[in-house]
Amino acid sequence: MKQKKKKILQGGRGRCGCVSSCRETRCSVRMFSVLKERVGQILLPGDEFCCGPQDTLPLTDSGKPERLVAGPGLRLSGDRLLVSRSGVLRHKEPNKFWIESQQRRYVPAKGETVIGVVTAKAGDVFKVDFGGSEPASLSYLAFDGATKRNRPNVQVGDLVFAQFIVANKDMEPELVCIDGSGRANGMGVFGAGGLLIKVSLGLVRRLLVPNSELRADLQQLFPCELVVGMNGRVWVRAGTVQQTLILANLLQSCDTMTAPQRQQLFRNVWTRLHGAGLTEDPKDQLVLCGGPEPMDFLVFV
Amino acid sequence: MAGDSVRLSKNLLRMKFMQRGLDAEAKKQLEEDEKRIISDEHWYLDLPDLKAKENMIIEEKSLVPCEDLFFGRLSFKGFNPEVEKLMLLLNPKDKKEEDEEEDVSHMQTDVTDEEMALRYESLVGTLKKKFAKKRERAAMDEDDVNQNVVEKTSKKAFLKPQD
Repeated sequence: MKQKKKKILQGGRGRCGCVSSCRETRCSVRMFSVLKERVGQILLPGDEFCCGPQDTLPLTDSGKPERLVAGPGLRLSGDRLLVSRSGVLRHKEPNKFWIESQQRRYVPAKGETVIGVVTAKAGDVFKVDFGGSEPASLSYLAFDGATKRNRPNVQVGDLVFAQFIVANKDMEPELVCIDGSGRANGMGVFGAGGLLIKVSLGLVRRLLVPNSELRADLQQLFPCELVVGMNGRVWVRAGTVQQTLILANLLQSCDTMTAPQRQQLFRNVWTRLHGAGLTEDPKDQLVLCGGPEPMDFLVFV
Repeated sequence: MAGDSVRLSKNLLRMKFMQRGLDAEAKKQLEEDEKRIISDEHWYLDLPDLKAKENMIIEEKSLVPCEDLFFGRLSFKGFNPEVEKLMLLLNPKDKKEEDEEEDVSHMQTDVTDEEMALRYESLVGTLKKKFAKKRERAAMDEDDVNQNVVEKTSKKAFLKPQD
């Protein structure tokens, strides 16, 4: 009994003081409340969460064993949860926590879809550059309808929209262009008549988040198509080259804008396109594409 | 010829052709011996049980499940109908209804919803009939007859001859 108490006293911050028997459940319940307290706060790499001494454990909610999901930016190390990225702690019901941060460097994660450029054909795999630390490999069998006899038609320089099936810090990342059931489902080679641009990962997130304002703004502009890779690459295509360029410029400038600025910009572009602004006059077109007249509509308004 | 002196060896007793003549007791004895040999041969680690420790904290490297991000292919105002179909299919459902309403108005469709509904209206009955059993089918046909009496102009269906 004495020993037990001593153990608890020793285990202050940084060490798990729980008694080993039901440690995991208690830890996670405790961790849950600690994390929840700090949602919305800014955390720095090296910050850590631990279960803390056991005696403060509220008896009421110790019954439910909660499974905790530590998203990107949080790393599990033994009993502790370490922060590995600076940013704001976010929480989603019921049990997900992650760090939201603004960055341009992409680290592959399993299951994410990215836009890659085929850089080499090496035997039965393609090497694909996706903007990470190392090129990924993409098997020629990992395409919809591909067999040993029937190779997919992929050339060096092609763009592929693919999904990570292996993304591990110690291994070469591996991409596939099919989902679990062997269907393409929007993945594969694409990219005729469009333009590939690079934006920040934050913008990608803003584009794809449910109920995204940015997407709603884009929707009102003109018919267009986007392929958005989680690696910060965005491929755009619209009816004409000019519209494609407008779209690309818009997206790239959106990266550093606040919501009101962006809405103002979109309104301007819209009036230019639909109102009196746009004609077939080459001068007008140059303005819209950012020609000799400086991209006046892209300068902050 | 005492029974003790002429004991057959165990190995011999275990052979198949010897099994028939053995009595129950001897058989049991043999089996036990065999079991012991097997359990002796099996070795195990002298360690406490390694329980599959249930980890209460799961690491998730990707942001996609955290924020419920959409699939990365987007198409607006019916630019690429295939992609719009995918968008409806793959993206989280909560926003779907709004999307649908908007999309329908913008989409450059060949076949309007009304046309499609009209076309499928007739198919519903046909398919239902296909899966129905014989007796139900007969009942259904009668129903059809009744319907046709009401709205004769719109529907051309096979009229069962009355006898």
